[in-house]
Amino acid sequence: MTAPSNAARPVPPVSPAPPRPVVKRHHWIVRATHWATFVLLLGMIASGLQIYEAYARFGDRGGPFYVSPFDAVAFPRWSRLGGWLAGGLNWHFALMWPLIAAGFAYFCYLAYSGEWRSLLFRPRDFRGAIEMQKYYLRLRKDHPPQGKHNPLQKLAYTLIILLGVLSVLTGFAVYKPTQLSWLTALFGGFQAARYWHFWAVWIFVVFLIAHVVLVFVVDPASLRAMITGWYRGRFPSHD
Amino acid sequence: MIDHEARRHDGTSAQIDRRGFLRLGMAGGLVSVVAACGWDGGNAIRPLLLDVSRINDWVGEKIFFSPRRLARQYDVTERTSQLPSYFISREVPSLKDPSAWRLQVAGLVRNPLSLSLDDLRGMPRTTYTVKHHCVEGWSAIATWHGVPVSAVVERCQPLPAARYIRFDSFDSGYSNGWDMASAMHPQTILADGMNDNSLPIAHGAPLRLYSPTKLGYKMTKYLVSMTFTAERPLGYWEEQGYPWFGGV
Repeated sequence: MTAPSNAARPVPPVSPAPPRPVVKRHHWIVRATHWATFVLLLGMIASGLQIYEAYARFGDRGGPFYVSPFDAVAFPRWSRLGGWLAGGLNWHFALMWPLIAAGFAYFCYLAYSGEWRSLLFRPRDFRGAIEMQKYYLRLRKDHPPQGKHNPLQKLAYTLIILLGVLSVLTGFAVYKPTQLSWLTALFGGFQAARYWHFWAVWIFVVFLIAHVVLVFVVDPASLRAMITGWYRGRFPSHD
Repeated sequence: MIDHEARRHDGTSAQIDRRGFLRLGMAGGLVSVVAACGWDGGNAIRPLLLDVSRINDWVGEKIFFSPRRLARQYDVTERTSQLPSYFISREVPSLKDPSAWRLQVAGLVRNPLSLSLDDLRGMPRTTYTVKHHCVEGWSAIATWHGVPVSAVVERCQPLPAARYIRFDSFDSGYSNGWDMASAMHPQTILADGMNDNSLPIAHGAPLRLYSPTKLGYKMTKYLVSMTFTAERPLGYWEEQGYPWFGGV
């Protein structure tokens, strides 16, 4: 028992690299809510683009209008869900509840498990984020040590969670501008709430693209981890 | 132990990755195919979506709607320069003989009424400047003048079985069904005036329903009758899939 544990385990002689340890990375709640969010969010975006078509600008009738590069733009048919306004609305108002439920379940898990500590960006991650940025800018050679996520990842995930909350709140502000007038007023009124709700879409789209690219470029093993829960990749430590 | 786990996972990792990738592709593919068709859900999903829409009606009526909460009022200087108006007839609906027009109040009521515009002008009146929310996403501000629906309800005295009101128009049979609580809201009015003038033909003259707690399509223009019912009346757009409650 007192002998060093590695004495009992001889190292293979010609192995090119030591086998990476397999670690349990994602709880099933995280995996289920992750993929549910992925599918539901695509549905929300597609039905939202259908709804947008009915009044493709932001501002009360007669103006003035908010500055938007998508003014009077009709999005391609393949990107829209619902076929017409009523169809888009019904999809949007049906998918919003499971999406909110998935987000809520995920938050509950983060809070209950303490997993938020390895996910949320906190002031103490600031220095690490700068080091990480230096590494990406090639001002630093070695990859800074990290836990489950590096500080820039934490920043991205924290911002996307906040964006999710913002989308739900602006969504309700647009859904019930009279009954929830305090919420609508908080975002600057009905048309402003529509405007922010719409902008959230493009941040989600940019995040989604960057997220998928980074998974395949930096850490493909994380895709398997998000499906099976098991991770055997470059960053096995868990904070 | 770790090595054993590693080997076990090593043996299947490529397969799982491929399978996972396929699964991901299928999910994404399904969504894009669904979107590609501009799909309203087809015959399989459309009824399901409408069921959820009924649940949302319930949520809108029982959770969000308050019979006492008033919509914000604006100053007349904040009126917008435009407020589009829609009708379903080929041409702007108009009356051949405006003097013969009456609002018929009937159905499950103790006192059926037949009200002329003069009758309505003699009733308690309300004026407000509010924001109009269209289901399409546009909004506009205008002033409306008229008689609260509650004042008509007081006169006709609905029977206890009356739970809804159907509003009918002379615009090619356009109609809407309302729940009693929404109809009795203090800001739900029968409007005969707009922006300090009599109601324009484009906006539903001689009389239209108005309420800042509803989407535009719920506010029947070109009114001819109010019928109190026990069953939930549908409506022109509601039948085609738009939310029945339509509250904002």
